[in-house]
Amino acid sequence: MFPEAFKYSVAKSVNSAIKWLLNTHGSAFDSFSSGILSLLLWVQGILVSIPWWAYIAFIALMAWIATRKIIPVIVLAVLPIFIGMFGLWHLALETLALVITSVVIALAIGIPMGVLMAEARYFAEFIKPVLDAMQTMPSFVYLIPAMMLFGLGKVPAVIATLIYALPPVMRLTCLGLQQVPRPVQEAALAYGATRWQLLKEVRIPLAMPSILAGVNQTTMMALAMVVIASMIGARGLGQEVLMAINRIDVGRGFEAGISIVIMGIVIDRITQGLAKRWDPNRK
Amino acid sequence: MAENVIDVKELWKVYSKKDIDLNVEDEEMVESLDKSSDSVVAVRDVTFSVKPGEVFIVMGLSGSGKSTLIRCLLRLVDISWGSVTINGQDVTAMNKKELTEFRRNQAAMVFQHYGLLPHRTVIENVAFGLKLRGIPKKERRERARETLNIVGLEQWGDYYPASLSGGMRQRVGIARALVADTPLLLMDEPFSGLDPLIRREMQDELVRIQEELHKTIFFVTHDLDEAMRLGDRMAVMRNGEIVQIGRPPEVFANPADDYVARFVQDKRDEIRKTDEQMAALAAQSEKAGTPDVS
Repeated sequence: MFPEAFKYSVAKSVNSAIKWLLNTHGSAFDSFSSGILSLLLWVQGILVSIPWWAYIAFIALMAWIATRKIIPVIVLAVLPIFIGMFGLWHLALETLALVITSVVIALAIGIPMGVLMAEARYFAEFIKPVLDAMQTMPSFVYLIPAMMLFGLGKVPAVIATLIYALPPVMRLTCLGLQQVPRPVQEAALAYGATRWQLLKEVRIPLAMPSILAGVNQTTMMALAMVVIASMIGARGLGQEVLMAINRIDVGRGFEAGISIVIMGIVIDRITQGLAKRWDPNRK
Repeated sequence: MAENVIDVKELWKVYSKKDIDLNVEDEEMVESLDKSSDSVVAVRDVTFSVKPGEVFIVMGLSGSGKSTLIRCLLRLVDISWGSVTINGQDVTAMNKKELTEFRRNQAAMVFQHYGLLPHRTVIENVAFGLKLRGIPKKERRERARETLNIVGLEQWGDYYPASLSGGMRQRVGIARALVADTPLLLMDEPFSGLDPLIRREMQDELVRIQEELHKTIFFVTHDLDEAMRLGDRMAVMRNGEIVQIGRPPEVFANPADDYVARFVQDKRDEIRKTDEQMAALAAQSEKAGTPDVS
């Protein structure tokens, strides 16, 4: 057994830290919260106003651009129709709004941070364990304080999704930049590229396949968070799953689950296909 | 001194895992660097100069420091000791900004592994140096097109490097260097990765371009043939030091030491063998040929 004498607990101090944050900076969190919420509702408003067949057409078009093959186009365009048939179309759009908002914020933070990681070694050394923690920490642990700080509903869901989905795009952006071949970089430097020009003209374009793989990963992980997010009151497909579990309604749970899978497959295939199109080595 | 294009004095380059402040006058320090497995003296006390319009060859086996030497000229690697002066400018003393300007306008480099941008077309690759200088798109494309004519790739401008053969890629590399219109051309084993026939063709091409443009060329190679064909003068390097400088025929005739002699010996053997074979062939055809005529 671990000696009693060494016993020490940080639980109390964490609790009081959260309380202190809530009491002193509560209004700051509130305004931050309402900012994210209005962004989310704006995205959702746009998504809801688009007719269902436009989604099918858009997916078919993107699938064609991404794969240039007829069978994947048909499969990817037909799959979402099932979501509508199950009567889950509107809930799927709410989930999509949550995913899109989270992913956009994650990319806006993650790609620049990934670049910084590749450029500044010390920053990378410092941030890597933080990323490890973000990915391994059970999500409920930060879901509860997020709920306390940002209230119930969609905003803590976005925050929790961000924490979970941010690491892959940061890591893959950094990795992509580090893997740009030395000779190409050396040639650019020899012709008088500044650090910024090297980054903009050479390193980021050559790291693009890896960065896009990060975008893909982040999107997938955001989608994986939707069920957990619904536990703190974010509506959408996750809520349907949750309700089905509570009522032990296997069939209903299956419909909602399959709908999430369909969204995942469609988004994954399209972003991966676009990433391949972008790969400079395939030209 | 200003009349030389390149002036290198007592240049040293040490690669080391630890941060060291090299002082070559400190003999103990140099000795300990030589013994240490954490550091490599890649260039040791190298002094030479290159005159305008000259093709100066640096020859040596791999690991002899010739690639490091050419990188010191542009400060692509940090210089540990000594001075490099190019076109009258002290490269060693430049700050970042001056160095960037210097690289853009004073020297252009051709690499063994081409160093082309895979996501840019041939013409964009050629124009890359001009883009870095901030020259407007129309002008740089025009100049890039003209230069593609010089290297015979005028129809390939809109292709990506991946669809070109090695020889063609290196032509793009050369065009990229020429379009920069710098007085000095640095070439780091540009033809080493090409097969012998193409290599020969590229060497001829370089001779032709040189006759037209009269650049100063600093050319690194491990191939004596190439040195003999292209060089006005050559330096032979071993373990970071220059062991002999001279006109190629002089080096060929009077190797300064065993190392250079061994380099030259292979070539001599080759020539002797070819002579013998030619003689044997001639003798054969004389024998076989006579009845045919009668």
